[in-house]
Parts: sequence; structure tokens; C-alpha cells
Amino acid sequence: MANQLISEMGLPKSIANVFAARNIRTAKDALSLTEFDLMELVDMGLTEVTSVLVHISERVSPPHQTARSLLQQRIQNEQLAGHLPTGLKGLDEALFGGIPFGVITELVGPAGIGKTQFCLKLSLLASLPTRHGGLDAQVIYIDVESKFSSKRLIEIGAQSFPEIFHMSGMAQEMAGRILVLRPASLAEFTESLQQIKILLLERRVKLLVIDSMAALTSGELEHGASKINPLGWHISFLKSVAELSRIPIVVTNQVKSQSSDEAWRYNFQEPLGVLCAVGTRRQDLEDTSKYDSHLIAALGIHWAHAVTIRLILETISGERFIKVAKSPMSPALAFPFSITSSGISLLNDDGIEVVGQEISTIHCHGHSEIIHSDTLQFHRQ
Amino acid sequence: MEVGRLPISAALKGKLVSAGYTSLSLLSSLSPSHLARGAQTAWDMLHEEELLTRITTSSVDIDNILGGGISCRDVTEIGGVPGIGKTQLGIQLAVNVQLPIHCGGLGGKAIYIDTEGSFMVERVLQIAEACSNDMSATNTVSQDVHAGKVGMQPRDFLENILYFRVCSYTEQIALINYLDKFISEHRDVKIVIIDSITFHFRQDFDMALRTRLLGGMALKLMKLAKKFCLAVVLLNQVTTKYAEGSFQLTLALGDSWSHACTNRIILYWNGNERYAYIDKSPSLRSASAPYAVTAKGIRNSVSNCKRIKLM
Repeated sequence: MANQLISEMGLPKSIANVFAARNIRTAKDALSLTEFDLMELVDMGLTEVTSVLVHISERVSPPHQTARSLLQQRIQNEQLAGHLPTGLKGLDEALFGGIPFGVITELVGPAGIGKTQFCLKLSLLASLPTRHGGLDAQVIYIDVESKFSSKRLIEIGAQSFPEIFHMSGMAQEMAGRILVLRPASLAEFTESLQQIKILLLERRVKLLVIDSMAALTSGELEHGASKINPLGWHISFLKSVAELSRIPIVVTNQVKSQSSDEAWRYNFQEPLGVLCAVGTRRQDLEDTSKYDSHLIAALGIHWAHAVTIRLILETISGERFIKVAKSPMSPALAFPFSITSSGISLLNDDGIEVVGQEISTIHCHGHSEIIHSDTLQFHRQ
Repeated sequence: MEVGRLPISAALKGKLVSAGYTSLSLLSSLSPSHLARGAQTAWDMLHEEELLTRITTSSVDIDNILGGGISCRDVTEIGGVPGIGKTQLGIQLAVNVQLPIHCGGLGGKAIYIDTEGSFMVERVLQIAEACSNDMSATNTVSQDVHAGKVGMQPRDFLENILYFRVCSYTEQIALINYLDKFISEHRDVKIVIIDSITFHFRQDFDMALRTRLLGGMALKLMKLAKKFCLAVVLLNQVTTKYAEGSFQLTLALGDSWSHACTNRIILYWNGNERYAYIDKSPSLRSASAPYAVTAKGIRNSVSNCKRIKLM
């Protein structure tokens, strides 16, 4: 849309030529200038320039539809009304059916909590035939940290869907639908995204998993200093590809410690701690961090705005929880879960209501104990 | 001498030129009051303001600090951290504008411009259903007869929301340019919501260009609001800036943008509650009020210890 050529917009030849002579060839070129800049550049009067811009704008504007027709399209055209069920009853209910199509769902949590396990399960679910609740489709799994374990994938499949997986050849077919990519750098990842877009638009791939997004930029993002986000382009790209192809994109993210500098508040809010003297304030901030391990999601606030659904996986007193931290339509619920041979299972389908900002904080109490016990049980590559 | 060569700011040149004053000679014969063309006396404006209708947010506390609700003929910017409820409020307003005037709406349609794909249509249905149920629960027979229609159904609410999906800043600018014509052909539109104004302007932008483009957009939106007497609501994201020795939260798009909108509301967390704070307004007092995001949409906070703080 933005790259539409001015020469093809039905403008009078003389005007199109003048614009081209000044190197204004696409709609983007023209609309990136103010009326005043254009007037000076093409030496035309205000009314003429305005009418040209209005003409171009009308051509380039996206079409509209009513919310009602949007809803009807979703219900009629989409499998499972636009959601991929996770098989976790409580979570699926909270998400109104499962992981939604067309948007980015993020899984964030400390290392070893179960993000990759969740991704493996989702990949499997998407590859299953529709009569078993799957999308009967291919999956692209971008495995940045080489954590993908096909052995574990088959184990999850065999335990969760024994009736399918014990049929000869089925395991091979299901696993054969999951394409694993291992980009060695951000540049390679960027390149492969372009190719992935084509595959997605051909409609054979119906789930994209990126595990993990944070690992792609580790070391490149500096706290606060850099104004240019190295993932800026990728965020836009992923969002638009998700929407165009109406598939779910699941991305995992890491956590990092929150420094006292990141106690984010607005200038009209009272600062944390009591403000008696300049010296004591910093100390108060540091004190509060002793009570809780202050973890925040990596990748910054721009990324946090860009994801539509954020699922936080955390540990509190040795128990794992998955909670819906950001979602346009879900209540703030936390579900205790455990990792089993058949993937992830919820210990409680009703969920625990979480009040206020707690839903967005990431806890890490008693984490090391459970990680240690798990590595004894499950296959890890 | 051309206005272009005058030693004044680009923004000012733009305003002079768009008002038709392209050269110095045209300006030299005017008196200041002439130049402020379309000037009204303060008395006339007061009269107009009293007739100004507002759109309810469905939270009585927020409506109160807003003097009744989101006002027409104005551009209101609403910003906040992810998950605080910006899109929720945007959707609530898109539904509420359709309510009859005695219910806090304007009986009009909504334009929802989605730049990030946050518009989850299932959620809109949920909010519309709750609104429809609330209406039929409180409507008396006489009001129905007066309104001359059966209560609004959820599908009616959805029918009156005109949804645009914008995928680049070029499309965003084009659409804002096109809105004048579009709204002339759809005169029942009473609110334009842009969710979010920020997204396509955050990455890899030449700052000077961004400032000019945003300034142009803000002017056009203000003109739209005044010309068609509708409300314009712009949702903005947050970023951090370094000030007074630490990082602070602030709305995105920079300092010059912060001057562009008439009204600015910041949604933030205060302890376990969501609050709305009036950061900037020509006529409203700085105040904050709590609100809640429920399955039905935006509602009043039910906490016992809520406080409306006047600053």
C-alpha cells in the first residue's frame, strides 16, 4: 500500500511527472512530506498540493469493515473460531478457546520453568488432525538456543495421544510436520523470516514458534542507552504476518533482574520509599528488592506493548504457576501447573484470581529446587 | 517575500500557509484579531461549551473528573503501560458513543483505527453484550417510547463500529487525510479512536521527520474534531526517559508531541488499583480516579479504600 506508485494513481500526467522529477515516486514519499514541504518542492500552490495529497491518501487508505462483519468472518472462516486449544482446560477457558490466531502470544518466565515444554506441546497440537483438536498443519519452530528435543516431542505425543501415536507411521508424520530452524545470529533470523512469510501465506504452516526471542538479541540491547531497538522491525513484521496469515505466533522471552533504576513511575507519582533526604532514597529502593526477587521480562517495554497475550510462568514457594498477565479479554487468573511426561498439566482448572499489579510481576521463589528434581526425570538434550 | 523564507518555526509556517497566507504582503495589512480568524468571544465559547456533549466511560468516577466524560470537539490522548486498559477503554468508548444521549452517549457511530492488531472482536462482542444488558435492565417504558426503538442488541453495536486496520505510517497518514471526506459521507460518526497513535512511529525514524509528521497529524485531527463536532481519542504507549537522576515513565513520541494534544490522560497502577490521571487539560483540574477492567468492560472500581485524589 505504502509503496504504490504515484504514476499509477490516476493523477494528471503533468503532476505525476513533476513529482517524479523531484524523486517523489511512491505514496510513502509523498505522504512523508508536509503540504508546505511539497509546495516548495514541486512549486505548486496550496490548493493544488492539498488536492493531490487527498487524492493519494484516498488511494492508499486501507478499506474499512464493520466490527460485525469482522466477527462473522472469524466465525465462518476459521478453524475452531480462531483459537488453538492448548488442552489445558482452565487456560483455554480463560483465553476463550485457546491461543488466538492472528496475534503474538508471549511466554515469559525464568529458565527451566517450562516454556520450551509448552512450545513442544503446542507444536504437537497444531500438527494433529482436526478430529483430535489440532490444526492438521505444519509448524515452524525457530529454535535459537538448541533446546528442541524431538525425543521429548515424541514422548509427549505418545503419552498424550496414545491412540494416534501407536499407529504405525503416525509419529513420523506428526514429527515430520514440524520444521525446526536454528538461526545462528539475528541476521540469519531476519533473513529466514522473509522466507517464512511466503510459507505462511501459502497456508500450509499454521503455527510459528520462536524459542526464544530474547536469545536473539542477548548482549545487543543495552539498558536505556540505545534508542533504536534492534527488534523494532521484527516486531512489526511478526505482527503483520500473524494478521495477514491469521495464524498464532508463540514467542518465548527470558527474564532479567530489575535494577533499582527500573522502578518505573511517572513524574506525578510519589517516589518509592520516604523522601527525607537525597541519600536515603536509593537505600529504600534497594531495601524493597530484598523481599522479592524483582524480575522483569526481557526485551523492554516496546516489546511488552507489542505482544497481545502475555503468559507468565513463575514459581512461588516451589510451585509453578502460569498466569494470564496481559490479554484483551481474559480475567487475571493464575493456574498452578506441573510438568509431566505428557507435557504440561494444570493442577487446578478454576484458577486463582490475582488482584492488581501482581498479575504482571514475575516470581522466582524456590525455583532452584524444582529445576534440580526435574532434570533427573526428563530427557534433556 | 514568501512565508517560507520568514525566520519563524516550520510549524508556524505550516499554519500560516494552510490558512492561505503564503506571502508577507498578504500578512502585512492584517491586524492581530483578523489573523486569529474564526475567533469568537469568550462568552460565545462558554455558551458553546455548555452545550458540549460528552461520552461516558462507564466509570462514574472517571466521568466525574472529566466533567462528564470524553468531550467532543477535542483531541484526548490516553496513555499507559501495557495491560493497563487502554484498548479496553477505547473499545468501551466505541460502544458507549452509540448509546442515546440520556444514557451518556451521542447516538452516533465509531471509527476505530487499529494500528497494532489489538482489536479483539470477541472482546468487543462481550462489552457490547454487557452494555445491551445494562440498558435493557434500566430502561423504563417511557424512555423506550421516547427513543422510538427497541433496546440495542449486541450485533447493532458491532454494526456501528467502523474498523480500519493500518499497517504502516504511510497508511496512517493517508487515512487521517482521508477521514475528512469519509466523515462527510458518514455524518453519524461521533468518535474517532486511534489505537495506538504510536506504534508505527516508534522504530527507526528520523526524529525531525517524525516531529513534523506527528504535528501535521495532530492538526488535522483537531480540525476534524472541531469541524464535525466529534471526539478524537488517541491511545499512546509509554517509554522511559532519564530525568531528575533516574528513569521515569513517560508517554511515547517525545516532548513536542506532548504539546500537540489538548487533553492528556495517563492510566497507571497505584498499588493494586488502576487509576486514571488528568495530566493535561485546559479546563479540568488535575485529578485521579480509580477504575476497574471487568468482564463487562470498564467500570467503577469497587474497592473500599478507593480515593479520588485532587492534585
